[in-house]
Amino acid sequence: MRLGLVIDLDTCVGCHACATACKEWNTSAMTAPLTDYDPYGKEPSGVWFNRIRHYEIGEYPNNKTINFPMSCMHCENAECVTVCPTGASYKRAEDGIVLVDQDKCMGCNYCSWACPYGARELDRESGTMKKCTLCVDRIYDETLPVEERQPACVLACPAHARLFGDLDDPESTTSRAVRERGGYALMPELNYNPTNHYLPPRTRPAISTSDLPRGSLARKVKEWVNRVIER
Amino acid sequence: MNPSLAVIFLTLFSGAGFGLMAVVAIVNDFAIDGGLSPLRTAILVALSLLLVTMGMISSTAHLANPKNAWRAFTRWRTSWLAREGVFAVLFYPVAIAYLGWVFFRNTTRGDGALVLANTAAVIGLITIFCQGMIYACLRTIRQWHTPLVPANFYAMGLALGMTMLATSQVLTRGPDLVLISTACALLVAAAVMKAIYYFWIGAPSGTTLQTATGFTRGKVRLLDQGHTFGTFLTHEFSNCIPAARARNFRIAVYVLGFLAPIAILIAGAHGLLRLGVLFAPLLAFIGIGIERYLFFVQAKHVINLYHGRMPGPLPQMHPALRAGAGAADTMINKTRLVPSYEKR
Repeated sequence: MRLGLVIDLDTCVGCHACATACKEWNTSAMTAPLTDYDPYGKEPSGVWFNRIRHYEIGEYPNNKTINFPMSCMHCENAECVTVCPTGASYKRAEDGIVLVDQDKCMGCNYCSWACPYGARELDRESGTMKKCTLCVDRIYDETLPVEERQPACVLACPAHARLFGDLDDPESTTSRAVRERGGYALMPELNYNPTNHYLPPRTRPAISTSDLPRGSLARKVKEWVNRVIER
Repeated sequence: MNPSLAVIFLTLFSGAGFGLMAVVAIVNDFAIDGGLSPLRTAILVALSLLLVTMGMISSTAHLANPKNAWRAFTRWRTSWLAREGVFAVLFYPVAIAYLGWVFFRNTTRGDGALVLANTAAVIGLITIFCQGMIYACLRTIRQWHTPLVPANFYAMGLALGMTMLATSQVLTRGPDLVLISTACALLVAAAVMKAIYYFWIGAPSGTTLQTATGFTRGKVRLLDQGHTFGTFLTHEFSNCIPAARARNFRIAVYVLGFLAPIAILIAGAHGLLRLGVLFAPLLAFIGIGIERYLFFVQAKHVINLYHGRMPGPLPQMHPALRAGAGAADTMINKTRLVPSYEKR
């Protein structure tokens, strides 16, 4: 089993709901708390497992805004685990989730240097490295209804831009989405073989403007009046 | 990268300490220039242990949770950092045994001394290799992911060790041409190795904002990094210095770290300097300390791509390799925590 996320860049609206839901769940979950520094002050900062950045792709007029959520990719070839000298970082054999044992971590930052995706953040209060757990304490919790046994970010996403599933199973929703929509992994040249995949925006035909009614006299007068009033 | 003083001192002092142990062993093995007297050997091995200890203690200052530091020896099968720790700790009993042998038997000859000295030297050299590999194994940082890193660590560790050894001879026994010329040769070798490194770290890197986001056909530009103030990632990875200052620092590395010690040692060889020859190792430490600072501050982690802090469409290239495209260093020169509104 190889659990992970598939993120649809076509439907992501960049609302940061996944990040706040993640923060809310994980600040009292297995690697809790996610410390905040100066949260109500001038320089707010803190530990987050999920960060959303916003990019412009292409050049005007053929450009598009892409909202880009990033969390741990739970890589097959997780160098963060290889470089860890204490054995605090580990990758679970049964489902591929990469975790940090908070009791063993000495806070040397070395794993964060090895991670190309910025998935690991040091908590200055506890002195340990923290990262996305794929809500391991939710997805196996049998006291929750089956449909809620998913990571907090996936449940929170209002655009259903996040899919959670087994990327090893070719018939899972995630694998299907990757196959059908041309899902890809980030920075493949580094050969970390990330589990999480991203779905590119769909290409749609441009909306034609040729069949719109040409301006009638009444419409032109209306537009002129509008312009005058605006001044 | 964040140039943490703890890590700069770790690699600088422990590298010099292991280098000193290695050159002491070599000089005594082959009785170069008659070999070292037992007292001098003991003092130099003690100095080597002191330097290594300074490095090791300063490295713990880098840990956010040092109470778990003892666990750092456990994953030696996969982690170069753990291997470095294991070999650094193995160095102590052997070097201390050699120190005791030389001090109490008052001789550097004999099979025991030979075995202990060379074992300590080899363990020290392996530790330098592990130290270099800590950085060289990271594919995320172009400037570190090169075999030149451990090679540089070796060249500079041995050069520092030989400079200290030659200085000690000049101070107390007068001009000593063999050791001084060896020290000068090692300093020149280290300077050349570093020049090769400085040339190659400017070579193009394959990773760009396009491959990082998967939009490889068009231009990708950061609109917003998603946080109003800095994060752990910007604190740890977005340090950089302007190209002009980096160039001045490199000049300082060459003048203080290599040229000045060579000049002072040559002056010492002609008997021109007495105590002044102590400036040779002192300046070498300062110059190579600046080199180590540059090694960290100029390392650019790929996460900077996501923050729009590394050139996207153009590969990073050395100005000498890229004709007329301006400065290679186009990373934004700002303090490390940059509010996003300043970047628009």
